[in-house]
Parts: sequence; C-alpha cells; structure tokens
Amino acid sequence: MIVLQQLINGLQLGSVYALIALGYSMVYGIILLLNFAHGDIIMVGGYIALLIIAAGISPLVAVVASVAGCVVLACLIEKAAYTPLRSAPRISLLITAIGVSYFLENVAQLILGADPRVFPNTAVIPSVTYNVGGLNISLTTIVTLAVAVVSMAALTLLVQKTKMGKAMRAVSEDMGAAQMMGININRTITFTFAVGAALAGIGAILYCCKYPQVKPTTGYLLGLKAFVAAVLGGIGSIPGAMLGGLAIGVAEVVVTALGYSTWTDAVVFAILIVVLLVKPTGFMGASMNEKV
Amino acid sequence: MEMKKLKTPYAYIINTVVLAAILVLGNMLFAGGALNRATKSVILQCGVYSIMAVSLNICTGYLGQLPLGHAGFMAVGAYAGALFWKAVPGLPTPVAIVCGILIAGLAASLFGVIIGVPALRLKGDYLAIITLGFGEIIRIAIINLPDITGGTPGLLNVPKYTNFTVTFLCLVVCCFVVHNLMHSRHGRAILAIRDNEIAADCCGINLTAYKVFAFALSAFFAGVAGAVYAGLQGSLFPKSFDFMASINVLVMVVLGGMGSMTGSIIAATVLTALPLIMQSFNSFRMVVYSLLLIMVMIFKPSGLLGHKDFSMTKTIEYFMNFKAIRARKKEVAPDA
Repeated sequence: MIVLQQLINGLQLGSVYALIALGYSMVYGIILLLNFAHGDIIMVGGYIALLIIAAGISPLVAVVASVAGCVVLACLIEKAAYTPLRSAPRISLLITAIGVSYFLENVAQLILGADPRVFPNTAVIPSVTYNVGGLNISLTTIVTLAVAVVSMAALTLLVQKTKMGKAMRAVSEDMGAAQMMGININRTITFTFAVGAALAGIGAILYCCKYPQVKPTTGYLLGLKAFVAAVLGGIGSIPGAMLGGLAIGVAEVVVTALGYSTWTDAVVFAILIVVLLVKPTGFMGASMNEKV
Repeated sequence: MEMKKLKTPYAYIINTVVLAAILVLGNMLFAGGALNRATKSVILQCGVYSIMAVSLNICTGYLGQLPLGHAGFMAVGAYAGALFWKAVPGLPTPVAIVCGILIAGLAASLFGVIIGVPALRLKGDYLAIITLGFGEIIRIAIINLPDITGGTPGLLNVPKYTNFTVTFLCLVVCCFVVHNLMHSRHGRAILAIRDNEIAADCCGINLTAYKVFAFALSAFFAGVAGAVYAGLQGSLFPKSFDFMASINVLVMVVLGGMGSMTGSIIAATVLTALPLIMQSFNSFRMVVYSLLLIMVMIFKPSGLLGHKDFSMTKTIEYFMNFKAIRARKKEVAPDA
C-alpha cells in the first residue's frame, strides 16, 4: 500500500516534469538548442500567477495570464536572443541561452527579492483529500494528472494532425528542405517556443500547487531535472519526454521514501550519466546519422 | 626585406627575466606595507580565477566544448589539497605545497577522465549537461559527507600554505604548459577538432583520446586552482563551488576571448576585482554579466580578444623589424 501511495506521488511529480520536459525536447528537436532559459520561464509563470492572486483577482484569470505571460516571454526571448544567432555555431547559442537564463533569474531577484514567497495553492486547487481504498489522494494530484494527460493528448494531436504540426516535424527533420517546400521557418520555430512555453506555464502552476513557494531560483533545478527527463526519454521525442518525466518523478519519490532525501538531486544526475553511458539516445530517441 | 627573429634561447631568457621581475616586485609589494589586507586578498583571488579561466579556456576556447561544471573540478582539487595538508602535518613547506597541489590536480584530472570518457564520445551538447550534473553531484556529495569534508559548515583550519609566490608560479606554469601544448602537434590536433570534427577525424586524429586529454588537462589546472584557493583561504565551503561559480568562470572565458589566454587573464582579473572593489555593484553584477554574455555572443561571438594572445617575444620582434614592417605597409598602400 505504501508502495502504491508513493507511486501516485511519483506520478504527480513526474507529470509536471514531463510537461516541462516537452518544451526542452521540442526546442531541441527543432533547432538543436538546450534552452536553458526554459526553466526560468517556469519561475516567471509562477510569479505572475502569485502576484495576480495576491492582488485579489480570480485564480482562473491568474492561470490564464500566467500561461499567456510565459508564451509572450518565450517568443520575446526567441526573437531577441536566439534569432540573431540562427547561423552561429551551436556553442554561441548555448552560451546565449545560459545568459538569458541568468538574466531572468537575476532580474527577478532584483525586482522581487531573493526570499521565497508563499504561493496561494489552495486558491487555485482547494485542499481536499479523498481516501480511496486506504490510499490518500489529494485533489491536487487528480487535477495534476488530468491536466497533464489532457495537455499531452492535445499536443500529440497538434503535432500529428494539424498543418502547423506537420511544419514543425518537417523543420526538425531538415530545416533547409522544409524551407524549400515553402514552410516559414521563423514562424514555425517561434510557434514551437510558444507551445513549449505554454506547457511550461501549465507545469509551473501545477508545480506551485504541490510545492507552494516561488523564488528566483525555482526554475533552475526544476528545469535541469526536466531536462534530464527529456534526455532520459530521448531528446527530440515527444512520447519520450513524457515517459522520461514520469520515470524521473517516480525515481525521486522512491529515493526520498528510502530516507535519502538529501541525495535526490545527485541521484537524478547520476541516472542521467548512466543513461548516457548505456543508451545515449534515451528510451525513445532515434539515433541520428551525421550529415557530412 | 628579411624579418629578423629572436633566437629561442634569448626569448626564453627575456621571458624568464620579466616573470622573475614581476615575482620579485610582487613579493616586495606584499612584504612591504604598501598594500592593505583587502587589496592583497583581491590580487590573490584574481590569480586563482585567472588559473581557472585559462584552464577552462583549454576546453572552451581550444577544444570547442562547453563544460558547465568547472567549479566542481575546483572543488575536488580544493578539498583534496586541503585534506592532504590537514592529514599530513609537519612536512617541510615546499614539499607540502608541491605534493598538495599535485595531488589536487591529479584528483581533479582523475574525475575529468571518468566524466570525459563517456561524455566526450557523444556528439552534441551532452558534455555540457554531464559536467553540469557532475558539478552538482560533487557539491551535494560534499554537503552530505560531513565526516570527511566538513559538510555545509565548512572545512576549517586548513594550513595556509599558499601565498603570492605560489599563486603566481602556478599561473605561470599553467600558461606555459597551455602555450607550449597549443604550439605542438597535439595542440594543432586539438584545434583541428574544434574547427571541424569530421575533417579532423578523416585526417586520422583520434577524437576521443584528444578530447579526453584536453578535458583532463583542463580539470587538472582547475584542481590546482582549487588547492591554491584552499591554501589562501584556510577554510572551504561547498557554497563557493556551486553552478554560479562555474558560470562566472565561463563568463570570463567568453568575454576575454575563446582561445586567448591573455583575454582570459584580463577578464578574470577585471571580473574578480570589480565586485570586490565596488561592493554596491554587487546586486547588479549578475544582471550585467548575463547581459554582457548575450551581447558578446550576438555581436562578437569569439570574445573581446578573439584568438589573439600577447607575446613578449612577438612584441620585441615587432620593434626589431619596425622599419621592415613600415616599409612593407608603404608597399601595400603607396597612397597613404
């Protein structure tokens, strides 16, 4: 019974990781960039929701505004920092992403202070716990799992069934060829960033409901773990990111339950290193042959 | 007109004399009352971070890889050196210094090989992520093993073996090794990998071996910097080696010029001294750093100095050939 309870907790955390990991995976799939700023977009989303609820406006507005804020921010970052470097070496792009991440973190710290602020989680999802056959399941858990499943289903539909999704797949396969087929590369890339940021915004709200505080460095570790999840599942692969997220969430909860809570972060990174050693493409990643 | 060249032995003698002069001058300044404690500590910090920046430059500038856990190697070196000095007291000072620094460097480069072998075999940005993860694991391990490392409260009462002379000599040795390596066959192989991995592979360069070698060398000097730091501070805290520290070093390398030791040292000195001198600047520091990082990448991706390096010998040769160079310039542009 304890095992099942921990598994549910792990799935809740894991589905948040999965939502965030999707953003990393899609962006990497399309422009081969580790978007370090992705984690900090989560932090900004958390702050937006927190400040709006603190101002006494309805939580629903806060959630919508937070997701919208994340999307706008991601598009701005893409336009201002990444587009000028489209043809630059990858290392420049990576360093720029780190710069953007640090910029967001430190601006947040300058404006809002370094101390964590309490997130009004009960205003978003009421604190109710159901007892199902001896298992304690909170409403937050149910909402998190439901929202995650719906978002991922929507994303799969978007990528597989719509014209924009087709364009995204085409650009990630071969940017040059896609351009020759008349696909607007810049718009497709911006759209990918926007979709990733929207998922990150949803993930931010769900995360803050589980761990009700926001601080400028919230996104740093969360983003890193989500990134580990994306690599674990196979970077560039959407079902892989979901699977990787769930795996990392469960692993983290298991390590905590065994009494090594101070080691969880180390274990997550150790998993990453082991996975890259054994199967560098992750669970579902296709191995890419290099074009010469 | 034939260009005159400075003969190699003379070049070595001149460089040695200049370095010895700086060393003696620095020691006189440190021994005399001209500098207060704070200034001395700033100068020594600049030295430590210069070693860090030059060592990271091996990987970022010359090899073209991006490690994000350089502070992790510094931590390994610092704790290895400090624990050695604490465990074996009573050694004659020079022996203790050399052994401690060597042990620190070797410990760090051992970790470098362990991390580098799996990470560098992979294409793409995996090195960045693996080293980042490694840096975090090291920090968490230091915090969680208080019996050995002192944990969060820190490792205290480390014998203060290192001083200006040791810091300066370590920096000189580091630069000497890197400079000579980069002008050798092996250095050219490393540069070839940076410029085009596939072409280098086709020329028969063993990619993994050279990558791991450069990475381990980079880790070695980070470990040396760590030991010097430990000996200067007398106490170590895991907080000093977090991800932020790795990023600070990266900013120095990127700003100074990827592939320029002079640039690394200048950037390390300026970026270390500025916040220590101007305390009020501190809250804005990271915002400015991050903006600088983005701007440099967009407008001058090779860094402020690019691949250029200052060379004493080249400068002297320039003055020896001053007339010839001017004549040549006139030939090229007769109107000017």
